[in-house]
This record gives sequence, C-alpha cells and structure tokens, in this order.
Amino acid sequence: MANISISDVRKSYGKDEVVHGVNLEIANGEFIVILGPSGCGKSTLLRMIAGLESISAGQIAIAGTVVNDLEPRERGCAMVFQNYALYPHMTVAENIGYALKVSGMAKAERLEKVRVVAASVGLSEFLDRRPGQLSGGQRQRVAMARAIIREPRVFLFDEPLSNLDAKLRVQMRHEIRRIHNRIKATSVFVTHDQQEGMTLADRLVVMNKGNIEQVGTPEEIYHSPASVYVGGFIGSPAMNFLSGQIVAGGVMLANGGKIPLPQALAVAHNGSLAQIGLRPEELTLVPAGKGAFDATFEFSEELGPSRLYHFQFEDLTLSVLSADKPPVEQGKPMGIRVEAGSVHLFAADTGKRLRAREAVAQPELVV
Amino acid sequence: MKRAVFKNNWVAALMVAPQLLIIFVFFYWPTSQAMYWAFTLEQPWGGGNTWVGFDNFAAILFDDLYWYSVQVSVVYAIGATVLSVGMALILAVFVDRQLRGFKAYKIGMIWPYAIAAPAVGLAFRFIFNPGAGIMLYLNDAFPGAWDPNGNGTHAMIMVIVAGAWKQIAYNFIFFLAGLQSIPRSLLEAGAMDGARVLRRMRDIQLPLLAPTFFFVLVINITDSFTDSFGIVDTMTGGGPARATNLMVYKIFNDGFQGLDYSGAAAQSIILMFLVVALTVVQFRYIERKVHYT
Ligand SMILES: Nc1ncnc2c1ncn2[C@@H]1O[C@H](COP(=O)(O)OP(=O)(O)O)[C@@H](O)[C@H]1O
Ligand SMILES: [Mg+2]
Repeated sequence: MANISISDVRKSYGKDEVVHGVNLEIANGEFIVILGPSGCGKSTLLRMIAGLESISAGQIAIAGTVVNDLEPRERGCAMVFQNYALYPHMTVAENIGYALKVSGMAKAERLEKVRVVAASVGLSEFLDRRPGQLSGGQRQRVAMARAIIREPRVFLFDEPLSNLDAKLRVQMRHEIRRIHNRIKATSVFVTHDQQEGMTLADRLVVMNKGNIEQVGTPEEIYHSPASVYVGGFIGSPAMNFLSGQIVAGGVMLANGGKIPLPQALAVAHNGSLAQIGLRPEELTLVPAGKGAFDATFEFSEELGPSRLYHFQFEDLTLSVLSADKPPVEQGKPMGIRVEAGSVHLFAADTGKRLRAREAVAQPELVV
Repeated sequence: MKRAVFKNNWVAALMVAPQLLIIFVFFYWPTSQAMYWAFTLEQPWGGGNTWVGFDNFAAILFDDLYWYSVQVSVVYAIGATVLSVGMALILAVFVDRQLRGFKAYKIGMIWPYAIAAPAVGLAFRFIFNPGAGIMLYLNDAFPGAWDPNGNGTHAMIMVIVAGAWKQIAYNFIFFLAGLQSIPRSLLEAGAMDGARVLRRMRDIQLPLLAPTFFFVLVINITDSFTDSFGIVDTMTGGGPARATNLMVYKIFNDGFQGLDYSGAAAQSIILMFLVVALTVVQFRYIERKVHYT
C-alpha cells in the first residue's frame, strides 16, 4: 500500500508563497495527473513529494509515514524528469542500473535485471550507448526504465513528454499507461497539456496559482467544471464564455438574447449576475433568429470529421463545432441554439460554478 | 562567428600593430636573444661570441646541479598542484552546495589570484617566520620543529604552500564554473536513485568535471614551472643548500648572479620547450574535449 496523503502543504521561497495550502488524498495504485499552466506550482508540489524541495508547512505522508523530514532515497519514489536527467557519462545500462548499484546489488543480478527492464521498454539494442547517442524517444525510455527498475512504491513524472514531437508524445503516453496497468504503482504525473491529463488520469487535479481548483475524474471535470478557470482550461476547442443576468427560465444577455437554463438552476440564482460557459461541441447552428441569439460568422477551421466555426458576438468571439455543413456566409448572422442542459453557469464575481442544489442550502446560510 | 572584413588592409595592419609590437618586444626578441646565447659562448677575453652548437646544452645535461634543480622543480610542481587543485576543488564543492556563508568567501576566494607572486612570498615569509608569530609558539613547544632557513624540506613545504595558496583562486573559479554547468537535475536524479552527497560527488560531479580538472591540472603544472620565481626569490632565494632552487630560479641565479649567460639561456630554452609541450598537450586536449551530449 502506498497511498499519498497531502495535508495543507505550503511552499514559500523567501517571502513568496507559491503553493498555498494543498490538500489531496491519492489512493494506492491510482494514476493522478496534476494539470495547470506553467508556473502554477505543479512541479514544486511534485518535488515536495519526491523530497527534492523542503516542505514549508503542512504534511506529506506516503503509506501512512510522514515523509517531511525523510531524504528522497528514504521515500521509495522514482521520478522521471522533464529533460530526462540521464547521466551523460554513463551508458544506457549504467544509467538504468545506477540505483541498484548504489543499493549494493551484486553485479550479475543487477545486469540481469537491467536486461529484463531494458527489454520491457524496447531498449535491448542500445544498452552500450551513451544518452547522447540516442533519440528523444529512446532517452525517454531510458528515463522510464531507470524509474521502473527500482520497483518504486510511487512514480513521479514531471512533464516527461513535453520534449517529444506530437506523434511520439501520444505513443509514449500510451506506453506510460500500459506500464502503469502492469506495475500498478501509485503515480503522480504533472503536465500543462490538458489532453495528456484527460487521457492519462484516473483522477485529475487542476491547479491554478498555487491552489487546487478541482479534483475529479476527467469526465467529472469535463462535464461539471468547478470554476470558470477549469472550464476554460479543460476541453479543446476551448469553452466560450458570455455574461448576463439570471432571470426566470434563463440568462438574459446584454443585447436581449436569452439563454435557457434548467428550471431549478434559474430559480436558485434568480437575479444574480453570471458567466455562462458553452462548449463549442454542444452548440448548434440554426438560421438567424431561430436560436438563443445571433452571431456574425467570421471564418471556419477544417478539422477533418468536423469544422470549427468562428463568430463575432458583440465584442466577444465564439466558436461552434459542427459536423454538418451549415450555410454560413462571412459577415452574415447565424442563430446559435443552446440546450438548457449544456449550459455551465458560474458566479460573475467569484467564478465558481453555480449549482441547483445550493438553493436548499442558501436560506440556512442567510440566517 | 561573425567575421569583420576590412576593405583597407592598412587599417587592419594598423590595428594589429600594437599587439604585434608587444609580442615582438617581449617575446620574440628575448627568445631570439636567448637562442643566440644558448648556441654561442662569449670568448674568455672578450671579442664577441663564438658558435658552439649544442655544447651549452650538453654542459647542462651533464651537470648534477641542473638535475637536482629539475628534481626539486618536479617536487614543487607536484606538491603545489596537488595542494592547490585539491583545496580549490573542495572549496568549489562547498560553494556549489551553497553552504552557509558561501557568498562571502566566493568573493574572498578570488582575491589571492590578483596578488603578485613576490607579495605572496613576502606575506608568507612573515607567516612562516620561525622566530615570530605562530611558528614561534611551535618552536618554543618543540624546539627545531620548524626551520625553513636550515631544513630543506621545511623550505620546500613553505614555498609549496605559498605557491598553492596563490593558485587556488584561479582553480576555484574554473571548478566552480564546471560544477555549476552540471545540470541540477542530474544530482536530483542521483538523489532519487538513492545516492548520498559523497556518492553523487564521486559518480556524477567528478566524472563530469574531468575536462575542467585536466585543464586546471596542466595550467597549474605549467604555472608552477614559471610563476614560482617571485615566491622563491622572496622566501628562500633558492636555499637552503639549493633545496628550493627551482629551474626558473636557477636560470636567474646562473645568469644574473653567476653571469653564465650561455648556460642560463640554454636552460631557459629547455624550460620554454617544456612549457610549450605542456601547452600543446592542453590545446590538443581542449580541442578534443570530452563532449557527452
Ligand atoms: N527555486 C525557486 N526559487 C524561487 N521561486 C521558485 C523556485 N522554483 C520555483 N519557483 C516559483 O514557484 C512557482 C511555481 O513553480 P513551478 O512549480 O516550477 O511551476 P510549474 O511546474 O507549475 O510550471 C513559479 O512562480 C516559480 O517562479
Ligand atoms: Mg514545471
């Protein structure tokens, strides 16, 4: 069992706090992806788990043992670094076997293990090469093998795929998932690529400026983002945002257009100012005047199975994903139909998601 | 690299002239003079020099005193180099690990290199004075424990320490730069792989520092053959009993004290070839410097 328990963990560099009280429970064998833009503190959090950064406040426990004051080697974690961090003066075999050598394993046994692990990631022919003589993908495999061979309780990945080209990245992503399914070590994977996060994770942790915005399965996060930030970050093409005021039955936009809302949601927040998140794939194009509002068509992007249509709506841009070929014309308005069930509603001031069931809780809070 | 092209060759010539002049006046001319003296001998009763071929060199090579000086120089070179390279490496590792107070002594470390060798020699003469300061306490407690004026070994230790001290700063800068060019993530990977500080140093930092190490080693040996003059001159004058009569000091001694210009010139030619050889080794090595990536 190697669950990870992160409680109110903070990190400061001098006076700057870059991780502000993170709480997270990671179950044994789970594949967690920490997702967030560059500079949001993902690596810092990961490195605190690894023991490469001290923990300024709070507690991290691995398998029930508080590791705050343990050295990296005492924590049972293996890490794959963004730039691979392979030892340039050692051969592939020496790189992979270094941890075993340090631990004092007999040479014959060590070489045998290196051979087996190298074979499992397809590196058998390269054992005598130096990292400098390998391609990016091969280096990535060496880094993986170096982590696997230690049979760690916890696998940590810091953007391990970001230096690879697009095709190789997908291929390695599948390989990482395959390896995880095989060895089932608890894994924490850091990335800024939402697609990577969505596809790899059992559970996603979305971070923003040193805080966790939302934790959930990729599906939960896609279907009910907890904030404007998460909604905008997850999903490709990106979510559209409009603002308006909630009235009976919907949201009134500034120009008079009205977007329908489920009854319970509209009642619960009647009168509040709101931001509306609309996923391009959940909107439909209809003739002008027949939708929730009209927008002016600008241009479209061909994606193969579908097209992304871009519109100008007031001073905002808006996109709609469609597999049909609607009769759009540049500079001419189109109607945009919105299903009540597909609207993501967020409070205009806090950016937090507005939910129907909060209506029950609210009267009590008012008292 | 971008190449500047001068349309007018005269401008180019004018610009390199000062540098060429300096090199000529302070290198080629003295060297040619030394060559002249080395292959000639002044006639006993005046009347110009006569060509003697390699006689001056033969005389040196059959002179036990010369070989003793070579031996002493080698001891000095090894001693000073090992001491200064070793100390510089240790200090650079400390600074690299950013141990407490590293900023202060990072600056302090660089100063000694700016001090001229004779000044270093003078300063260390005070420090190692057997009749004053801490050495006096030592001699009071254990009479005769420190006697650089009479004991050749003590004198050699003294010049080695002074020479090494002066050289540490230079080595330190190279080692620190070398250590800092090793990506932090390599050491972190080592830490994740279970290696402790010393193990990481041995397995990761030192191997990656090898090119720097070799460079510094050659520079130090070269330097110990030439730059040691000022230190020996101010501290021991080559004594006692020629115990610190390094090759470079012997040249000065034979030439300007003994007035044996031809013998001194021949010795300086030999020393020059030694230094040139070391420099060639160094350049060849730097050209083929180990590139891992
Ligand atoms: N050693 C450090 N000293 C000072 N600030 C740091 C240091 N490391 C990271 N930071 C800051 O902490 C924040 C989070 O960094 P990081 O965890 O690397 O972000 P991410 O991995 O999400 O891109 C950044 O604003 C960064 O500038
Ligand atoms: Mg990062």
